[in-house]
Amino acid sequence: MAKVKGEIVINTERCKGCQLCVPVCQQHTIAMSKNLNSKGYQYATVVNDDCNGCTNCALICPDGVISVYRIKLQETN
Amino acid sequence: MENSISKEKICQPENLVYSKTPLMTCNPLSYCPGCGHGTAHRMIMEVIEELNMQAETIGVAPVGCSVLAYDFLDIDMQQAAHGRAPAVATGIKRLMPNKLVFTYQGDGDLAAIGTGETLHACNRGENICIFFVNNGIYGMTGGQMAPTTLPNMKTSTSPFGRDAASTGQPLKITELVAMLPGTSYVTRQSVHTPANVRKTKKAIEKAFQCQLEKKGLAFVEIVSNCNSGWKMTPLDSNKWMEENMFPFFPLGDIKVPK
Repeated sequence: MAKVKGEIVINTERCKGCQLCVPVCQQHTIAMSKNLNSKGYQYATVVNDDCNGCTNCALICPDGVISVYRIKLQETN
Repeated sequence: MENSISKEKICQPENLVYSKTPLMTCNPLSYCPGCGHGTAHRMIMEVIEELNMQAETIGVAPVGCSVLAYDFLDIDMQQAAHGRAPAVATGIKRLMPNKLVFTYQGDGDLAAIGTGETLHACNRGENICIFFVNNGIYGMTGGQMAPTTLPNMKTSTSPFGRDAASTGQPLKITELVAMLPGTSYVTRQSVHTPANVRKTKKAIEKAFQCQLEKKGLAFVEIVSNCNSGWKMTPLDSNKWMEENMFPFFPLGDIKVPK
């Protein structure tokens, strides 16, 4: 059981679809959308719930469109 | 258990661990998708935010892709003529020694037309920081050969590859300035992986620290990609950069302050 849980918020209108965030995600949480944003770019999107909030995607994103949230999960006995 | 926590509950301001620094303006960056300039801008701004010196910082923008840096960086900026950023920064720093002054230049600006200004500012040991983004090509004007273009690398003005016999070897300006007595900290970093982004941020932090301690000029080279100029996808260009640029431009500290 994971001790932390993360969540990312992607500003899809600002995403330029460079795909740099896809391989750096160890949890395979990010993939490219089939849809386009208003600029015509395929934007990054969240595809599973495994994000652990490592911030790799947000660091590598040249346009800074990703915000990362993280919480510690309470240990339940 | 994890599934019971909703996304709304996690996405609260108190749980925020990373987002774009407010020192970057809301303007969309004018760079191509996947360009390292955006990351380099953000790392510099994050360090200034941590130093809490937004109001005391003056940046000097170059000519090149990052000519519009003043649109994206929410600090005082000055636009210099092509290659003359170190000279302008020298004047600003001498007039206002308490300000944090840096230049942000590309390889066409710093290593080609501005070589004289760069070398002399480094030799005089001006108390400024120079951030040098090296992508081995003139990006803004359409991918022409730059002094830092690798041998046999195809550009729009060397369509058969750079001929080292007639145009010489790439200029290692970072090694060159490391030999000058005026520089205190000289390093080469990159922003193509999260680990390298973190290292680059540390290097930028160290460079500003050198300036605050008045140790002399700090020079940080950031090897970056130019996927449009190299005619590759961003992921391919990062891979190409690792395989071809790094053997010639090895990453790491070249000169550390005593």
